[in-house]
Amino acid sequence: MGHSGIQFSGVWKKFARGEKFDSLRDLIPSLVKYVVTGNHRGDLKAREFWALKDVSFDVQGQAMALIGPNGSGKSTALKLLSGILKPDRGDVHVHGRLGALIELGAGFHPDLTGRENIYLNGTILGMKKAEITRKFDEIVEFSGISEFIDTPVKRYSSGMYARLGFSVAAHIDPEVLLVDEVLSVGDYHFQQKCFDKMRDFVRRGTTLVFVSHNMAAVGSLCKTALLLKHGVPVFQGDVAGAIQKYYSFYEEETSNDNVELVDVRLSSTSGEEREVFEPGEGVVLEVKLKALQDLHNAHAALLIHTADGQLVFDTATSRLLDNRPLEMKKGKSATVKFALDMNLRSGVFLLGFNISSDIVVPGQYIYYNGCVKRVVMTREQKANGIVHLNPRAELTFG
Amino acid sequence: MSATTQSPMVTTALAQAAAERGSQQEGILRYKDLLLMLIWRDIKIRYKQSIMGFFWAVLMPILIVGSGLIVMVVFSTISGHPINKLDVLSVAAKAVPWAFFVGAIRFGTNSLVANKELVTKIYFPRAIMPLASVLASFFDFVIAEAVLALVLVIARVGVSIQLLWFPVLLLVLMIFTAGLSLLLACANLFFRDVKYLVEVVLTYGIFFTPVFYSAGKLGKLGWILMLNPLGPILEGMGNALVLHQPLAVNWLLYAAAWSVALFLVAWKIFDKSEAAFAEAI
Repeated sequence: MGHSGIQFSGVWKKFARGEKFDSLRDLIPSLVKYVVTGNHRGDLKAREFWALKDVSFDVQGQAMALIGPNGSGKSTALKLLSGILKPDRGDVHVHGRLGALIELGAGFHPDLTGRENIYLNGTILGMKKAEITRKFDEIVEFSGISEFIDTPVKRYSSGMYARLGFSVAAHIDPEVLLVDEVLSVGDYHFQQKCFDKMRDFVRRGTTLVFVSHNMAAVGSLCKTALLLKHGVPVFQGDVAGAIQKYYSFYEEETSNDNVELVDVRLSSTSGEEREVFEPGEGVVLEVKLKALQDLHNAHAALLIHTADGQLVFDTATSRLLDNRPLEMKKGKSATVKFALDMNLRSGVFLLGFNISSDIVVPGQYIYYNGCVKRVVMTREQKANGIVHLNPRAELTFG
Repeated sequence: MSATTQSPMVTTALAQAAAERGSQQEGILRYKDLLLMLIWRDIKIRYKQSIMGFFWAVLMPILIVGSGLIVMVVFSTISGHPINKLDVLSVAAKAVPWAFFVGAIRFGTNSLVANKELVTKIYFPRAIMPLASVLASFFDFVIAEAVLALVLVIARVGVSIQLLWFPVLLLVLMIFTAGLSLLLACANLFFRDVKYLVEVVLTYGIFFTPVFYSAGKLGKLGWILMLNPLGPILEGMGNALVLHQPLAVNWLLYAAAWSVALFLVAWKIFDKSEAAFAEAI
């Protein structure tokens, strides 16, 4: 596989907003008007906007996440990669067999059976008929709907539909795989199966571009990320940094002229600095901060969110230190240290840090950062879920 | 990963891949199985209820022959010449390809817009869609021709050396239909009212094409009917299958030139505008 990869160099893409002439009935009068009155061009140009502005990246045999708020141009980038759209400026190169999970089951015909649709969808995705025949049993088995394979897909539930769609798409053996937020369908079990399949692709050197709003998925699948906002690349590089930046769009660092974080350290209890921990391990978060204003009666808090934004844990110095406040003169430094047992399992968690004061309105912060550090919890085989409850079992017969 | 240092080999391969993606011809060859699958889909859906499917293939030719009969009765009443069996059968021989043409153009014109979901979500050479529509209609044509052959045998029309023109005429008809289909599918994507225009033209087009009557019936003005490229093709088919008359080779060349030119121009236009399909649809 070796040389599979994609390249986006200086890509610009513009779209026209609002109505276009999509019928001759509208076009002909406007042409007449154009000929008679002359200038008609100005207001047409005004409706155009750039969906992507000077975006460049290069991925070869790796997984890259493409993240950003709605309307940031992620899907447009995928469509450019898959050849559906052409860039206005710049170049898009794809090397290797391309597979796109942009719409599961696209081209399924409701009146055809699951079996027939596997062939139809497979060829639409670029497979040869003989190839589908060879992989047919595997596809059906992966989808887990073998009993319904000769039922017309119009009788399928949306979950079954997605299962079959993913199953076909996953068997094209792509060298370059584009995935666009398609895994929100299907039950938990099937989602895990899809993730395992994608991890497997990445392990084997498939170039993966993954678009998702699910930061847990993003963090566990990709090493690098590109963050887009209004079509402009905002951050490019390490996935943790991108996720952190992504959250900062929502949780603005309120009045960051109050406090400056000088250093943030995450380490194990033995003092070894790292970000990957085993469930149940003890960790220490050390935040060194500098006051840019005088601080009175302030308290520091630690928050832990799952990568998709769910609050898992929240504590503060006010509660842990018997209300001892953070008193600081302008220009002085202090270090806040939190120690805790990470009874969390498998996935990415975001450590947030904030400083609030008794005096200001609750919910308003002197300083807020939703993610100062990222923690990766390794997989634990004994259980599922987000918390690690150190389970044990016993069997008694008699 | 090498963001900046890329081996020349990779660059070449990338350029090659890009070139591959650019051309419609190569794309269609690579996606041959998809073309076959889409044809199969269209046929399968239409013939799901097999009796209705079969009816669909012969219904339109029968209706055309029926209306042709009425036109002929009117002519015969006015002119006083009795209706000839061969004339009726030649209308049938021309009705079948006309029905194919109408069906193929109708499906072909809508093919891109009807598959909007595919056009906006998945890449493959778009020309496959109108071509699949034409070829799926061709399946109906084959069935109708088989029925026609049976009728001709029963009517003891016989065969002659002129029958050898039939495959040539069929080829020209296919090229003309495919070219027009590509062009109209593309036009209908950009201008949604094209399909209404097409409907109107297809409905009245039969009067500008020698189906009910032969071009000769118009006397000196017969050549006007032959200007329509379908004229020489349909006339030729009537001659080859029923009338056993020699073919007007110069008119066939005229129709073939039209068909090939139309196909090439349509292909070029389709290829050039394809990049804009996903946005305009």
